[in-house]
Amino acid sequence: MKILVFVKRVPATTARIRVADGLRMDPEGVEFVLNPYDEFAVEEALRRKEAAGGDATVTAITLGPPEAQKELRTVLAMGADEAILLTHSDAAFLDAEATAQVLAEQAEQRGPWDLVFFGKQAVDRDQHGVGPSVATRLGMPCLSEIVELEIADGKATARREVEGASETLEAPLPCAFTCQKGLNEPRYASLKGIMAAKRKPLETVQVDLPPAKVEVVELAPPPPRPPGRIVGEGAAAVPELVRALREEAKVL
Amino acid sequence: MAAAKDQERAGRAQAGPDVIEEIRRSVRALCANFPGAYWRERDRARAYPTEFVKALTDAGFLAILVPEEFGGSGLGVAAAVAVLEEIHRNGGNGAACHAQMYIMGTILRHGSAAQKRRWLPGIASGALRLQAFAVTEPESGTDTLGLRTTAVRDGDRYLINGQKVWTSRAEHSDLMLLLARTTPREEAATRTEGLSVFLVDMREAVGRGLTVRPIRTMLNHATTELFFDDLSVPAEALIGEEGKGFRYILDGMNAERILIAAECIGDARWFVDRATEYARERVVFDRPIGQNQGIQFPLARAYAATEAADLMVARAAAMFDAGEPCGKEANMAKLLASEASWQAADMCIQTHGGYGFAEEYDVERKFRETRLYQVAPVSTNLILAYLAEHVLGLPRSY
Repeated sequence: MKILVFVKRVPATTARIRVADGLRMDPEGVEFVLNPYDEFAVEEALRRKEAAGGDATVTAITLGPPEAQKELRTVLAMGADEAILLTHSDAAFLDAEATAQVLAEQAEQRGPWDLVFFGKQAVDRDQHGVGPSVATRLGMPCLSEIVELEIADGKATARREVEGASETLEAPLPCAFTCQKGLNEPRYASLKGIMAAKRKPLETVQVDLPPAKVEVVELAPPPPRPPGRIVGEGAAAVPELVRALREEAKVL
Repeated sequence: MAAAKDQERAGRAQAGPDVIEEIRRSVRALCANFPGAYWRERDRARAYPTEFVKALTDAGFLAILVPEEFGGSGLGVAAAVAVLEEIHRNGGNGAACHAQMYIMGTILRHGSAAQKRRWLPGIASGALRLQAFAVTEPESGTDTLGLRTTAVRDGDRYLINGQKVWTSRAEHSDLMLLLARTTPREEAATRTEGLSVFLVDMREAVGRGLTVRPIRTMLNHATTELFFDDLSVPAEALIGEEGKGFRYILDGMNAERILIAAECIGDARWFVDRATEYARERVVFDRPIGQNQGIQFPLARAYAATEAADLMVARAAAMFDAGEPCGKEANMAKLLASEASWQAADMCIQTHGGYGFAEEYDVERKFRETRLYQVAPVSTNLILAYLAEHVLGLPRSY
């Protein structure tokens, strides 16, 4: 069984983001991590490999800067067998379509794959697009934002939460999945895993970028929060506070 | 001794910066499963953090110093420093299990091939917990040579009688290292001879000549007093040569000093992080308190003291791993780091005002915990006396 997991290096969710020139995030001093939703994808890939036993393998792939090696090492330390870093000299913005095109081409060359996992979104750009787009290009069904997965008899059964309901879907293998929080509890690397990761293959490939169809025209920090309003003091303030909560904030 | 040291280093994998960083990441992720609420609950009940210790054991971090041939990772003290610092920096406490990392060093350096084969693989896997070390006695604290517990050879066994105190984690150990007198002080060839090290199998000893009594303290630290009443141990429990125990113990001190110092650095960074965050967010008189220099300056001082102490910890660890003598550096690292963590703790509680005393902020717990390090495992005064006598050449003061 060949399993492929797509990951991305993103700023830590706790990082203080500064905008550089109205278009880009200033990476200076920002801590980068493995995209948190990708952790669920990696964990699920590893569990499927462990369940399959035998010669099942997990390959991790990313498109990113040379520094993304670090996140790939983490995935190798968690238990993946090999990793591929697709990198390019151009730091320009890539839309989900262009990213998916590059990733899908590389995945196709190295396939075929039985199972393909993604995080449901990358927490930096929140486009939600790469997973479904790569799956389409690979000709696979894509079950998105899954919180439960069962694989048996050549088919995948997955559950996902939709507005007001829980939906169960079924698709034949090979199949792609985008993973939502709740699917599993991602592991951390063991010390032996960390030591073993040093000896696992990590291939770096220079790629050419297709032109992006989407252009960022402005990146702006959110407007500062308006200051609070003091509606009065003591018991005398209660009627005005209740009115404001009911009529303005509409929370009562 | 040089041969023993070479052997300890043999096969030690070099941990580059990338591996150290990966170790830190993984320990951070592990600690995220044990938030403040976990430690508060354990603290309140004075209960051993069994789940945390199991997680660290299962992930292999406590076997970091055990050579690969015995099932560990064979990394150096610098890598172990990263593990313990991260635990403390993330609000946890490594004292429940840090000794599992380094007590085995005595077996590794001075044990026979048979003893290493018998014990080290189990210690590496965590199946055997060796994290108690009985040295201190009610009548002899820092004055180790004055200890009175005796081990008397009796055929193919030794009979042990006496008492120990402040033996940490004895209730959570399968094996315990014991320092006892085998030759009366007045008959010993030299001042430092006559003590011997034994590896006591607690599973057989407790209730058969060994009684363990827990001591309740101001922090959640599983410490005990031990009573030996004709405890019989097999002769093969002796580690190394009879009478050489004091030297063996000193050999293990430097690693311990450096690792404890790493915990202090982690604590200090935790205090600085918490205080900075609180100072930024807490608004009094219409502005964050962190805008006041009265808050800023103690914070900046604590930060600077921590960074300076950390340099000494890193240097001592690098020297230890290179096999260089590092008694001076290891002791100074522990001295400076424990003072930095206490300075940061005091600053942190002051920055928090009344909230610093509220349990749910974790500050008061960490404050109690970090105070220990100026007293144990060696008192600051003894480090100062050591530096004065052995480094500066001043007359012995005790």
